[in-house]
Amino acid sequence: MTLWIESFLVLLMITSLWLLGSSRLLSCIAAVSVQGVLLAALPLLLGIDAPPWRLFLQAGVSLGLKGIAFPLLLLRAVRSVDARREMEPLVGYSLSLLIGVALLAGSLAAGVRMPLPAAGTPVLLVPAAMFTALTGLFVIVGRRSAIVQAMGYLAMENGIAAFGLAIAEQEPLLVEMGTLLDAFVAVFVMGITIFHINREFDHIDADRLSTLKDSP
Amino acid sequence: MEQPVLAVLQFCVALVLAPLVPGIVNRVKAVFAGRRGAPLLQTWYDIAKLLGKAAVYSRTTGWVFRAGPVVGLAGVIVALGVLPWAGSGALLSFDGDLILLAGLLGVMRFVTIIAALDTGSAFEGMGASREAWFSSLGEPALLLGLAAIARTRGSISLAGILGVTSFAPGSAGGAVILLVIGALFVVFLAENARIPVDDPNTHLELTMIHEVMVLDHGGVDFAYIQYGATLKLWVLGGLIMSLLVPRTGQWYLDIAAAIGGLAVVAIATGVVESIMARLRLVRVPQLLVAALAMSALGLALALMNNPPTAALNPPSAALNPPSVAR
Amino acid sequence: MLLLLLPLVAMLLVGLVTASLASAPRAARAVGAIGTCAASAGGLGVTIAALVLGDSSSLSLPWNAAIGASFAVAFDPLTGFFLLPIYGLSAVCAVFGAGYLSHAHHGRGVAAHWLFYSLLVSSMALVVLARNAVLFLVAWEIMSISSWQLVTFEHEREETRQAGITYLVATQIGTAFLLVMFLLLGAGGSAGAAGSLDFANLGASGPAASAAFLLALVGFGTKAGIVPLHIWLPEAHPAAPSHVSALMSGVMIKTGIYGIVRVLSFIGTPPLWWGWTLVSIGAVSGVMGVLFALSQHDIKRLLAYHSVENIGIICLGLGVGLLGMSFGSTTVAFLGFAGALLHVLNHALFKGLLFMGAGAASHAAGTREIDRLGGLLRRMPLTGAAFLVGAAAISGLPPLNGFISELLIFLGAYNAAAAGPAAQAAAAGIVVAALALIGGLAVACFTKAFGISFLGEPRTPAAAAAVEAGPSMTVPVIILAAACAAIGLLGSVAVFLLAPLAGAVARVGPADAAVIMAGTSPGLVKVTIGAGALAALVAGLAILRAVLLSRSSVRSAGTWDCGYTHPDARMQYTSSSFAQPLTGMFHFPLATHRRWTPISALFPVKAEFSSHTPDLFAQGLFRPAFAGIGALLSRLRWLQHGRLQLYVLYVAATLLVLLIWKLG
Repeated sequence: MTLWIESFLVLLMITSLWLLGSSRLLSCIAAVSVQGVLLAALPLLLGIDAPPWRLFLQAGVSLGLKGIAFPLLLLRAVRSVDARREMEPLVGYSLSLLIGVALLAGSLAAGVRMPLPAAGTPVLLVPAAMFTALTGLFVIVGRRSAIVQAMGYLAMENGIAAFGLAIAEQEPLLVEMGTLLDAFVAVFVMGITIFHINREFDHIDADRLSTLKDSP
Repeated sequence: MEQPVLAVLQFCVALVLAPLVPGIVNRVKAVFAGRRGAPLLQTWYDIAKLLGKAAVYSRTTGWVFRAGPVVGLAGVIVALGVLPWAGSGALLSFDGDLILLAGLLGVMRFVTIIAALDTGSAFEGMGASREAWFSSLGEPALLLGLAAIARTRGSISLAGILGVTSFAPGSAGGAVILLVIGALFVVFLAENARIPVDDPNTHLELTMIHEVMVLDHGGVDFAYIQYGATLKLWVLGGLIMSLLVPRTGQWYLDIAAAIGGLAVVAIATGVVESIMARLRLVRVPQLLVAALAMSALGLALALMNNPPTAALNPPSAALNPPSVAR
Repeated sequence: MLLLLLPLVAMLLVGLVTASLASAPRAARAVGAIGTCAASAGGLGVTIAALVLGDSSSLSLPWNAAIGASFAVAFDPLTGFFLLPIYGLSAVCAVFGAGYLSHAHHGRGVAAHWLFYSLLVSSMALVVLARNAVLFLVAWEIMSISSWQLVTFEHEREETRQAGITYLVATQIGTAFLLVMFLLLGAGGSAGAAGSLDFANLGASGPAASAAFLLALVGFGTKAGIVPLHIWLPEAHPAAPSHVSALMSGVMIKTGIYGIVRVLSFIGTPPLWWGWTLVSIGAVSGVMGVLFALSQHDIKRLLAYHSVENIGIICLGLGVGLLGMSFGSTTVAFLGFAGALLHVLNHALFKGLLFMGAGAASHAAGTREIDRLGGLLRRMPLTGAAFLVGAAAISGLPPLNGFISELLIFLGAYNAAAAGPAAQAAAAGIVVAALALIGGLAVACFTKAFGISFLGEPRTPAAAAAVEAGPSMTVPVIILAAACAAIGLLGSVAVFLLAPLAGAVARVGPADAAVIMAGTSPGLVKVTIGAGALAALVAGLAILRAVLLSRSSVRSAGTWDCGYTHPDARMQYTSSSFAQPLTGMFHFPLATHRRWTPISALFPVKAEFSSHTPDLFAQGLFRPAFAGIGALLSRLRWLQHGRLQLYVLYVAATLLVLLIWKLG
C-alpha cells in the first residue's frame, strides 16, 4: 500500500501543475476535479485508525462534493457567463509553470524539514499538500478571470485538507468535514456572485473591478 | 556473444530497420482513418527512388547547402553508435555519453538550419527560426530528465542508465521513470516534428516547420534527409523505450524486446498523431515547458528517494590542503 | 624568471619606439604591428617552454614598503595557463590590426594605437604574473586605461566617446571594490602587522572571507562582465576596432576570471552558499546574455553579449567546482574547474575568431548591421568558412572545442546530480538545465548571425560588392579556426595537459586527480574517435552522392519562390524576424521596442519596421541610480561659482584647519 501512496501523491502534484499550465477553462475544471477525487481517496490509503464505515462514508461524501458537485457548480458558472477561454492572465502560462517548479522545489525542501507527528505518514504528504495550497494561492494571484480564481481557491482548500490529514492526530475526519463544508459554501456563494458580477458589468475580469474604488 | 561484436550487430540492425518506424506510424494513422495505407516498407522504396534521381540546385546556394544533408546524416549515424538501445554497450559507450548524444543531435539541427538559410527564401527562414525556437526549449527537458534517471540508476553513462533489469511500477522510482518518459515523449514529438508540434503531412508554406526547411533539397540529398529522419526517430524512440523494457541478459531476447519496444513507441506516436490536432504555435512552448516541469519534478523526486552515494568519487574524498603556489 | 619578463620589456620598447614614429604613419604601422606580433609570439614560446619545464621561479624586488608594495612576480601553472591566450591572441590580433588599420584614415592616431596596444598586452601579462597586491592593482589600472584609449580610437564619433566614458566609469568602480578587497585580505592575512601586501601574506577566514568573496565578485565581475555589471561590454566592444574587440573580449575579460580564481586560493574551504551564488550568477548571466544577443541586429553588439553569456558558462563551471569543494566531492570539483578553465581558453580562441571575422565582413560590406549583409560567404569564402567554424564552436557542437569544455562542466554537474547530497545535486540540476538552455539558444543565435550575414542573397548593393579581405585579415582567422578544431579533435590531450592545473585549483591531490583522469580520459578519447567517425562518414556520404549524381544530371535553377513574380533579396528573413519567436516569448526581460507602419491599404505601399532592445540593467538599474546620484550631487553645485578669490580662500582655510588639527 505504501508503494502506491507515493505515486498517488505524485499524481496530486501533477494535477497542480496541470492547473497552472492550462489555458482552457474546462481543462482547469478537470484538473481540480481530479484533484478532488484523489483527495477523497487519500484517507483510505493512509491507514487512519477509524471504523471502516466512517472512512467509506467520508470518502463517498468527499467524492460526491469534490468530484461531482463542485465541477457541476463551476460548469454552471462557466455556462452562465458564457466564457470558454480565459483572458490573458497576469502571469503567462510558461512563466506560471516555471514558478510552479520553483514552488515545488521550495515545498520539497521545506516539507521534509517539518516534524511529522505520526511515524507512518509518507514523506511526500506534507510537501504535496504545501505545493497544492501554494499553487492555489498563486492561481488566485496570477489570473484575471474570477472563475479561475475560484478554482484556485478550491485547490488551496484541497491543499489545506491534505495538510490536515498529515498533522491531525485525533479526529482527522472532523477536520475534513469542516473544510468540506467550508469549501462547499464558498463555491456555492462564489458561483452566485460571479453570475451577478457578470450580469452587472458584462465581464468577470477581476483586474477591471479595481475601477470600482472611490478615489479618482 | 562478445561485446564489440554485439555492439556492431546492434548498430547494423538499427541501420537496416530504422525506416520501418515511419512505416508503422503511417500504417497506424491509416487504420485510424479507415484507409489501407502505404506498405510498411514504403520508406525504403522512397529512399531507393530518391537515390536514383537527378539533382537541381538553386543558384543562391553554395557548399553549405550541399553539406547540410551529408553532415546531418553523418551526425545521426554517429549518435546511433552512442546509444545502447538493446541494453548492452554501444560502439561508443562512456561516462557522460548522453551529452555527446545531445551534441550530435545538435550538430544535425545546426547544419539543417544553416542549409535552409542558404537558400535565401523566406519560407526556409521561417521554418529555421521555428525549429531553432522549439529545439532550444526541448534540450533542457531532455538533459534534466536524463539527470533524474541517472540519479535513480546511479550511473551517468547511457549503458548504465538504460541497461537495468528491474522496474517496480508502484514505487517512487517508478514514478520518476514514468514522469521522465512523459517528458521525453514530448521532446521526441517535438524533435521529430510530429503532431502536436508540427504536421509531417502538411505542405502549406506557412504551416510547415521541419518540412519547409528541407523544401529545396531533392534527389540524393533528400534521400539522406529522409533516412536521417528515420534514424533520429530510432535514436530518440530507443531512449524512451529502453527506460521501460526489461533486460534479460540474453542478447537475442534483448534485441527482440527492444525492437518490440520501438514498435510500441511508433504505434503510440501514430495514435497521438491520429487523435490530436496540431497545437497553436504559441502553445507549443508551453508544452515544452510542461515537459521541463515534469523532468524537474522527476529530479526532485529522485533526489528525495535516492540518498547520496560515494560511488562516483575516488576513494579518498577528503579535501586536500591548498597547493596553488602563491 | 627574467626570461619570462623579457617579452614584456620587449613589448614596452616596441610601443615606445612606435610612439616616437608618430609623424610617419606607415612606418609606425609596420613597426607597431610586426613588433608586437614578434614580442607576443616570443612570449608565447617562452610561456610554453616554462609550462613544459614546470617552471616555478619567482622574483621579488623591494619597492615601497610603507604601503606594502614590492615588485614580486612569479610563475606557476595558473599564471602560465592565462599567459597562453594573452600572448597567443595578441599576436594574431596584431596581424589582423595591421590590415584593418591600413584602411583607417587616422594617420596620426596609428602610432598612439600601437603604443597603447603594447601597453595593454604587457599590463595584462603583468597582471597574471604579479604576486603583490599593489603591483597587481597598478598593472590592472594600466590595463584599463590603455584599453580605454584603444576603444576610443575613432574618437571623432560621439557614440564611441560615450562608450569609452561608460567603460572607464565601470572599470574604475570595479577597481575601487578591488582596492577594498585587497586591504581586507591584507588585514586578515598572516602578516597583517608586517604590512606587506604580497600574495603569500594574504588570507581571510570567517565573515571576512565571505566579504572578500563578495567584493571579488563585484570587482572582478565588472571586468569579466557578469550580469548586472556587464553594461559596459555591449557599448565598448562594438565601438572599438575589431582586433581590439577581439583582444578585449577574448582575453581582457578573462583577467577577471583569473582574479576570482586567485582570490579563491587565498581562502580556505568555501561554504555552500558560494557555490550557489556562482551557479545563480552563471545561470542568469548565461541566459540573459544570450537572450540579449538574440535581439541585436548589430553583429558586434551581438558578439559582445555572447561574451557575457560565455562568462556565465565559465561561472557555472566555477560554481560546480566550488560545490564540489564544499562537499569534498573531488570528482565534481576537478571537472567543474577543468571545464571552466578550458572554456577560458576556448572562448579566447573562438571569440577572437568571431570578432575578427565580423570585423572583416562588416568592413568589406561597409556596415555592421546584419540586415544589410547577406550572401557574403560566396564573396568572402575564407572569412565565411572561418566564421562558420567559430559559430559552431561557440554553440558547443562536437567535434569542436566548445563541446569539450561544456562536456566537462556537464560531467561535473551530472556526477553531482547522480551521486551527491541533495543540496549539491539540486544546484547541479540547475546547472544542467541552464547550460542546456544556453546551448540551445546559442545555436539559435549563431545560426541567425552566420545565416543572415553570410548566406542567402545580399540585401544591399554594398554587401553585393564585398570582396575577400587581404591576407593579413584572413590568415589570423584561419589560424584560430584551426586551433578550435585542433582542441576539439584532441580533447583528451588538452584535458590531460590541463589536469595538473585543474587539480591544483580544485585542491585535489595528484593521486585522486589521476583516478579522476583515468575515469574521464577514455570518454574523451571516444569523443575523438566519434569525431573521426563523423569526418569519415561525411567524406564517404559525399563521395557516394558524387557517384550517384555522376550518372544523372545536375542542373541549377532559382530558389522556389511560390510563384512570386519579383522575388527580392529583401524578402528574405531578417535578424529580428528570425529571432522573433524567442524574443517574443521572453518579452518580459527584453522589453523590445518595435515600430512599424501598420497595414492600411489593399496593395503594398512603402512601409518601415525597426526594433530596438535596450539593455534592461542599464535602463532600469544603473541609469536611474546614476541619475539619482547626479541629482543629489548637483545640490553641491553652488560650491562651483567660478570666483578665483573664493577658491584661494578655500585652499587657505583647509590648510589652516589641518594645521590646527595636527597641532591640537
